[in-house]
Amino acid sequence: MTSELDQEVIIARSHVPAAHRPDRIRRLNVGGGLEVAVSEWGSESAQPLLMAHGGFDFSGTFDVFAPLLAEAGLRVISWDHRGHGDSDLACMYSFDADIRDAALVLNSIDSNDSIPVLGHSKGGGIMNQLADALPHRISAVINLDGIPNERGFSQKIDRTDIDALNQELSGYLDHRRKASNLTRKPDTLAGLAQRRQTMNPRLAPEWLRYLVTVGARKDSDGWRWKIDPALRFGPTGAWNPQWAIPKLRGLQLPYLGIIGTVEEEMGWGTTPDEALAILPIGAEFHALAETGHFVHIERPAEVSAIVLRFLGKFL
Amino acid sequence: MKTTFLRHVKTDLAVHELQQGSGRPLLLLHGLGERTLSSPPSGTQHWVGPIVGLDFTGHGQSSLPAGGGYTCEALMSDADAVIHAFGDVTIFGRGLGGYIGLLLAGSRPKQVRGLVIADGPGLDGGGSRPSSSKVFSEPPADISNKTPDPWALLELSSDTRPGDYATEHVIQFAQLSGLKPAVAVAAIGRPEWLETTILNSSVVTQTDIAQALALFQ
Repeated sequence: MTSELDQEVIIARSHVPAAHRPDRIRRLNVGGGLEVAVSEWGSESAQPLLMAHGGFDFSGTFDVFAPLLAEAGLRVISWDHRGHGDSDLACMYSFDADIRDAALVLNSIDSNDSIPVLGHSKGGGIMNQLADALPHRISAVINLDGIPNERGFSQKIDRTDIDALNQELSGYLDHRRKASNLTRKPDTLAGLAQRRQTMNPRLAPEWLRYLVTVGARKDSDGWRWKIDPALRFGPTGAWNPQWAIPKLRGLQLPYLGIIGTVEEEMGWGTTPDEALAILPIGAEFHALAETGHFVHIERPAEVSAIVLRFLGKFL
Repeated sequence: MKTTFLRHVKTDLAVHELQQGSGRPLLLLHGLGERTLSSPPSGTQHWVGPIVGLDFTGHGQSSLPAGGGYTCEALMSDADAVIHAFGDVTIFGRGLGGYIGLLLAGSRPKQVRGLVIADGPGLDGGGSRPSSSKVFSEPPADISNKTPDPWALLELSSDTRPGDYATEHVIQFAQLSGLKPAVAVAAIGRPEWLETTILNSSVVTQTDIAQALALFQ
């Protein structure tokens, strides 16, 4: 079984030769024994850059992008959010808890200086709020397709529609009732990759199969994603996406925003005009043509070059 | 007092049976940092059905989770686990429990047969808009594997409770429960979520606890 498994992983990974697993992986207690998995690429003595992945992803989604930054002389640090990837499954999840975990990972980096941070999608939201909460610890923010807009996820249903809202609210509770016994559906490696394609329609099948070897585990009945089956989209709760906008606008540090212009299911749908209207004054901004939500995966060379040029201005 | 434990998500929830009886149970939801007391609270003596009290996650005899992450929606699902086990209920919520009761009433409008909101710890939450961003990156000092969980005290006293969100739940409850009145406010506290929105609804009445419970018996 072991050699068969290894062979399957080796084959899948061989089709993405640019991908490299982290140079170092460690575990960090974020409270009460709950641990998150922290990954690093590059020399330990290099300039740190803290990166946050998006929702339902894991730090292995940086396996092509992070090495490009590390080769250019950065120490890239990322972590699997609680419940994601190789981090522990938590009893409860909240955005504030994710911010707290981010701060603990930041504290775990042996650096007395403020450092730049980068986030994709939900990770961009985390880094925006982290910079607002701890401006003395952050020297720059790079946001990859995680720039908010006034509509947000909450507007995906008409909240004045009694039946639609009832379905969303009761749907959350129905899910929680079942969550004690939920497991991710097993599949073949290729089957799991194919299922993920529906959430990541623009990403190459080879890449998705690679991701399975990192973000999924092989059980006796097949491969299944490691992410906590208790996690799901929604409900949005009391959060209003408009609240994030003035905090973003008020950041007073070097800011780089990069968005894709092809709308995708996992994306936020923020248009270039909307982004430019709310980014901090003086922010650098790029809207990539023919690119979807996963800008760093679709165009790793181009996005890493933009990031390195930006960081080169002040590092 | 008989106590049973419900397995819910990754926690064991303690449900205490304070009074036996026939008919629809009265579900007690305690305030922030509290636990179910050993006897029914004042004002409930005329309730003829069973009276059960839930200890929320991180409170009383329920599980103490690692790493916090508390939300009112997660605690709402704790209370929903009681409905799943015991059937339709009338809710008597103190402080935080009153707000959680409102969220649950809006989300399970046909299973919650009346809600009474009373004063108690955690009624206010963190206000109707988010405050300045802050990070408590170190665990609270007094974590000692005992409830109430300090993360619960911290996170559920600073959560945002906008009036329109509360109103949304009252409208759902009013439209789908068929009850009128559906919510009785026995609290004298008036956080914004309660003051400016709930009290303007035609299905909300203001009265004392005993009279409020009589409406839903």
